[in-house]
Amino acid sequence: MQKYSVFSLIKNAFSDHQNWDLAWKDPQPKKEYDVIIIGGGGHGLATAYYLAKEHNITNVAVIEKGWIGGGNVGRNTTILRSNYMFDANAHFYELGMKLWENLSQELNYNVMYSPRGIINLAHTDGQLNAYARRGNSMRLNGIDAILLNREEVRKMIPFADFSETCRFPIVGGLMQPRGGTARHDAVAWGYARQADAMGVDIIQNCEVTGFDVENGKISGVRTSRGDIKAKKVGLCVAGSTTLLADKLNMRLPIEAHVLQACVSEPVKPLLHNVVTFGAGHFYCSQSDKGEMVMGGDLDGYNSYAQRGNLPMIQHVLSGGLAVFPNFSRLKMLRSWGGIMDMSMDGTPIIDKTHIDGVYLNCGWCYGGFKATPCSGFVFAHTIAKNEPHELNEPFNLERFHTGNILDEKGVGPKPWIG
Amino acid sequence: MLEIKCPHCGKRSQNEFAYGGDATIKRPKLGEEVSTKDWDDFVYFRDNPRGKHQEFWHHVSGCRQWFKALRDTATHEIFNTAKLEEDL
Ligand SMILES: Cc1cc2nc3c(=O)[nH]c(=O)nc-3n(C[C@H](O)[C@H](O)[C@H](O)COP(=O)(O)OP(=O)(O)OC[C@H]3O[C@@H](n4cnc5c(N)ncnc54)[C@H](O)[C@@H]3O)c2cc1C
Ligand SMILES: [Zn+2]
Repeated sequence: MQKYSVFSLIKNAFSDHQNWDLAWKDPQPKKEYDVIIIGGGGHGLATAYYLAKEHNITNVAVIEKGWIGGGNVGRNTTILRSNYMFDANAHFYELGMKLWENLSQELNYNVMYSPRGIINLAHTDGQLNAYARRGNSMRLNGIDAILLNREEVRKMIPFADFSETCRFPIVGGLMQPRGGTARHDAVAWGYARQADAMGVDIIQNCEVTGFDVENGKISGVRTSRGDIKAKKVGLCVAGSTTLLADKLNMRLPIEAHVLQACVSEPVKPLLHNVVTFGAGHFYCSQSDKGEMVMGGDLDGYNSYAQRGNLPMIQHVLSGGLAVFPNFSRLKMLRSWGGIMDMSMDGTPIIDKTHIDGVYLNCGWCYGGFKATPCSGFVFAHTIAKNEPHELNEPFNLERFHTGNILDEKGVGPKPWIG
Repeated sequence: MLEIKCPHCGKRSQNEFAYGGDATIKRPKLGEEVSTKDWDDFVYFRDNPRGKHQEFWHHVSGCRQWFKALRDTATHEIFNTAKLEEDL
């Protein structure tokens, strides 16, 4: 593999950039693999990368029905954070933050990790108290957290509505300074390129349509490009999880819902942090191109449509205007949607299944992008060792029967309300 | 914008309604012995189909009645709506 560096850039300039190696190959599927990962999103590609790198398992295929990066990994608003209160979540996502910090170097690919700080706005004393409690929990777990008062927030986002009479006056906020954003496509491409270089086959335009299971053990998958044998199979198909689980006779605590996002026309640098305005169902950051990247709630009813409906965009943006009135003259550039695998407690599932050799990675809700590195890391461990890593042990499927639910938000099993 | 036909009021815009989720799940009978598994299945596990889905809606900004709808989760086509005691 060609290393990307300033020297290779200069060298390739002499040949008009015509001679760069392909970032990853386009192989024909082999007859058999040690491990097949279904789904070439962030999690599938990261899993393949860590299988090769950490466990020396390189006879691996990532099978993607469309093109890599065409799913949620290319549709999200790229917020990275580990500002959780529950220990299990805090430790897991904090491994993610640690991996993000070094990911561009590790992958030799600029993922544009930008620790610009994420601010959750507070509007009442009660909410600020709750944030103080969450911040304390974070700090006890070694995670950075700062409680901001009204004036400190005003310094960072002076253009927000700080009037005394607005519906949700800003009284402060909780900030995680290391939180931020990264470039979503680069994450998929960077993992794909390195996995490919270590021998992983990345097979696009190949849909998994069924499984071959013999005596409770997996022996292969059926695809639109023929049957492929496999000793182990990992599911990383995000919003399509139920559709494949059905073929394995697994009923899951998952519902599919659509989440939308939208971007404005690019403007000069204005917003330097990620800001969430939970009371108004709105969050925003400004991309390096200058666009305001905005999102909010799920559309609110089960959906596999991969595109959303206008009433929710209107709802989210009216919330946005309440906190940032000066956005009112921004023109919208585009909006899009992605199918979320909403778990019933808002926490992912990374586990073995009742079928020997089949592993499950799902339930990412609207927060799976930030987990791409740590999910791939622990899922690769789970597959290679046939047992969970200590960090994903709490994310087992059994918790829905043992009562060890991880409902960080406390909304209960109604994902459309969350 | 979805147009949803409330069985009591007729067609209205989706803005008047709130969603209530899968209408096929049944609460285990009150007062009867229920296994943990049956209870957990009721609380947490869903069929989550791509295609026809029976679901509850609440005409919250209208007559405030709950009712059922049969909707396609991929196309959003609504085939039918019915009062709670009726079949879809
Ligand atoms: C609008 C929006 C905003 C979001 N914002 C954030 C955010 O700010 N921060 C954050 O952390 N997370 C966010 N998320 C969530 C995050 O994007 C997802 O949780 C995460 O990307 C899911 O993992 P993935 O990348 O592996 O999924 P995907 O990229 O969806 O990968 C799954 C892949 O599986 C493939 N597949 C499905 N079925 C089959 C089959 N039968 N055979 C072969 N391949 C198949 C799909 O084509 C797809 O490419 C957001 C999501 C959306 C939609
Ligand atoms: Zn009505």
